[in-house]
Amino acid sequence: MNILGLILFLLIAGGVAWAAERINPNAPRWVGLIAFIAAGAYVANAWAGGYAYANQYIEWIPRFGIHVILSMDGLSLMLTALTLFLGAVAVVSSWTETKRRTGFFQFNVLWVMAGVVGVFTALDLFLFFFFWEVMLIPMYFLIAIWGHENKAFAAMKFFLFTQISGLLMLFAILALVYFNYANTGSITFNYNDLLGAELAPDVAFYLMLGFFVAFVVKLPGVPFHTWLPDAHTQAPTAGSVILAGILLKTGAYGLIRFVIPLFPDASAQFANWAMFLGALSILYGGYMAYSQSDFKRLVAYSSVAHMGFVLLGAFAFLDAGDGAAGMNPLGMQGAVVTMIAHGFSTAALFMMAGALQERLHTREMSDMGGLWMRAPRMGVMTMFFVVASVGMPGLGNFIGEFLVLLGAFQANVPLTVAAALGVVVAAVYGLVLLQRAFQGEPNPDVPAMRDFGLREMTVMTLMMAALIWIGVYPQPLLDLSAPVIETLWITP
Amino acid sequence: MTGADLQALAPHLVLIGGTLALLLAISFVRSHVLALAVTLATLVATLFALPASNAAGARVIDGLLAIDAYANFFNALFVMAAIASALLGYRYLERRITLAHREEFYVLLLTATLGAMAMASATHFAAFVLGLEVLSISLYAMIAYPEEGQAPLEAALKYLVLSGVASTTQLFGMALAYAATGSMAFEAAFSAGSLLAVAGQAMILAGVAFKLSLVPFHMWTPDVYQGAPAPVTGFVATVSKGAVVALLLRYVVETGALGAAPLVLGVVIIAVVSMVVGNLLALLQDNLKRILAYSSIAHIGYLLIAVVLAASISGAPMALETGMVYLAGYFLMTLAAFGVMTVLSSEAGGEDAERLEAYEGLFWQRPLLAATLSAAALSLAGIPLTIGFIAKFYLFAAGAEGELWTLVWALVIGSAIGVYYYLRIIFTMTKTPAAEDVGEAREAAPAATERAGAWEAAAVVVALGAGIVVFGIYPTPIIDIARAAAQAFGG
Repeated sequence: MNILGLILFLLIAGGVAWAAERINPNAPRWVGLIAFIAAGAYVANAWAGGYAYANQYIEWIPRFGIHVILSMDGLSLMLTALTLFLGAVAVVSSWTETKRRTGFFQFNVLWVMAGVVGVFTALDLFLFFFFWEVMLIPMYFLIAIWGHENKAFAAMKFFLFTQISGLLMLFAILALVYFNYANTGSITFNYNDLLGAELAPDVAFYLMLGFFVAFVVKLPGVPFHTWLPDAHTQAPTAGSVILAGILLKTGAYGLIRFVIPLFPDASAQFANWAMFLGALSILYGGYMAYSQSDFKRLVAYSSVAHMGFVLLGAFAFLDAGDGAAGMNPLGMQGAVVTMIAHGFSTAALFMMAGALQERLHTREMSDMGGLWMRAPRMGVMTMFFVVASVGMPGLGNFIGEFLVLLGAFQANVPLTVAAALGVVVAAVYGLVLLQRAFQGEPNPDVPAMRDFGLREMTVMTLMMAALIWIGVYPQPLLDLSAPVIETLWITP
Repeated sequence: MTGADLQALAPHLVLIGGTLALLLAISFVRSHVLALAVTLATLVATLFALPASNAAGARVIDGLLAIDAYANFFNALFVMAAIASALLGYRYLERRITLAHREEFYVLLLTATLGAMAMASATHFAAFVLGLEVLSISLYAMIAYPEEGQAPLEAALKYLVLSGVASTTQLFGMALAYAATGSMAFEAAFSAGSLLAVAGQAMILAGVAFKLSLVPFHMWTPDVYQGAPAPVTGFVATVSKGAVVALLLRYVVETGALGAAPLVLGVVIIAVVSMVVGNLLALLQDNLKRILAYSSIAHIGYLLIAVVLAASISGAPMALETGMVYLAGYFLMTLAAFGVMTVLSSEAGGEDAERLEAYEGLFWQRPLLAATLSAAALSLAGIPLTIGFIAKFYLFAAGAEGELWTLVWALVIGSAIGVYYYLRIIFTMTKTPAAEDVGEAREAAPAATERAGAWEAAAVVVALGAGIVVFGIYPTPIIDIARAAAQAFGG
């Protein structure tokens, strides 16, 4: 599979979409949709044919030992597939919402996704950072140009948080490379070469923290989450779908792919704190979600809670005897499954929020009420995804959270108990959302509204099917991630 | 002086010849186009003379000028910046200067470039002073060039007076150095570590810091940037600072001037304060020229990482390489930003397009210009895909090599603050101006005719923008040249 080609394809499609606006304001949307479907079909075909795993190695800046190293393994593959699928969802969800400057809009959507695919496949730290930043700027534009009433503030906050934490990561990357250079005498940014870097324990710890903070800001975990509710609330629907569905996963991916394998001992040393932050995110995110009156803000805070599970699972190190720490496959797999399932369920809920805002021009749940009567299809869909999101057995999120809790239980009982309480909180805010918006007496002030049409229902049904599939038969996903997770841990 | 020396000096000779030809041409025929043509021909010929000069090998001429790959790298930058400034200035002058007074601008541009080239090669205090004064005196006149308005005159006067003070301080420092060592050559200057020598050193560095507008010698910068006409501001921001940086790096490496610990500490403090104060003050500005002025203070502050690294013998090659790559990037992005400003200023009358409001909605009316300014702003902020990231990356690498962690931290903090005001520029351009909803036809019709006006300036600007992105993605050509020049330095 040609990963570089895939990324370039998305970038070029972005340019085409921008230019296509001259023909017809509708044309860019079709360009975006077709590009994502074509790219998705390419990946799916490679996946089905068994030749998806790939490794590309091209010299880039030899002065610093920087290469274009793109590699596709099971974890990258499922995340790339998710990215392309949600890209199409994002295009569809904003089909009628964005009326101005559709060309530049689709350009930005395609470029974010190209950057994300790069992030999920890059195995050169410089290249990884490059893509990490490439996905930022278009996202900034999406919020700043097409956002809602407070877009300037939200876009700036989003950018500053990610950029500053990105600088921290750049610092850590360069320090890592430098210390490796001091030991081995060769400058390299190659992930596989750096895996074995020998670092003094305290140095490793600080470098690990640099990476950790950058990824936890993106995840986001308490206390670095404050950009998320603002960015989500102000972003256009496609922006929220991309943010929640994909961009948060880059933080989780970074923790799993970089923090733990590059600094295993330092991570183990820090594991209890990370798990504590995870549990705190679960409870605090749930509590905050419960206290929101804004539909989108509620879903945004629920993301903080769900991503807390990822943090909890990924850092649930086991005691391997002799004081050494060992990898916890259950927790790690739970984290991976949670990432994927959350991608679907939250993207769907944000799409719902966007659809409601487009129809009612409000996100306040107190202005809604009884919408089920007016738009039964939207009601059913909301119910399904709310139930999925609170972790109903049989649906994807349950598998993820269950595995995380199972894994975390072996590592730290009190924190697991606390986190498990978060599942209860989730049920509360999920049902509150459903009840306030869709049930109860119909609000007489609500104008007549259009129910979901074929376009929206198709997308929703696809996401529903995905969640049921993960919930009922997660084995393929687990098989895909298991070998990756094994290789992440190099026992000293 | 041998034939090989003359060959090494070929770029300078071509430039001097071209300047004289331009003077003659002006005294016979007053034609703006002709003056531009002679200028461009001279500069392009100078550019082509650079490889010939390189072929002569590194030479020191009369102990005054070292013509080597390092100097020629900067010479190429200066000449290209002069070409860009000449093209940018053409319409601007045509709009704003009465018929009989346009041509001398190009003479000043050429002499300023010559001064900068001398500085890049200087290995002796005499050459240092000569180059600096040729450059500065040309700049005074260039800043004061517009006939209307008080601002340019005020800026020029401010620059003249303060620059004079800095120059005298510097001269005094050189006198002290001479008293301590008995030689005006860089190599000998500070072999003696006496108090006299250190004091002289500090005074020379203070003069340099003034030219580089480092905090606390930065007060003149925003006012001069604001008062000077836009194309000249771009030239001041790039060539005049670039020349001083080129000189400073060579000076530090050749003299081992930062040998004394208090001096290193002083430079580190100046660097940290410049990075932080420059960025903080830029946050408060609503004027693009002033934003860029403060931003340049911060950027030269970043660059001091290379200067500190240059003080150690093992770090010198990396420091020189960093300086070269960083300045190449800085030239591209700064010229691009001022270029966009010049294009917009040449089309409108009145004051330069320097207030941020003038850029509202630029994304939708002039996508190419807006994209270029965005690229420049992102590059100044150091975001990947742009040369500014590569430049900043080099500073990180240089800082790591010298283990200058304090400076690297300051760089991180400064960059973090900087992101805000660079983004603000971009955000302003994405705003929808209120007027657009009223009548899009209104702006479409007259703009089309004006747009045709400054095409050569617009072409320069877009080329600069493309350079920012192309070298941001594939910097290897610049890196290779800079690395080779740095390795060959002094050897």
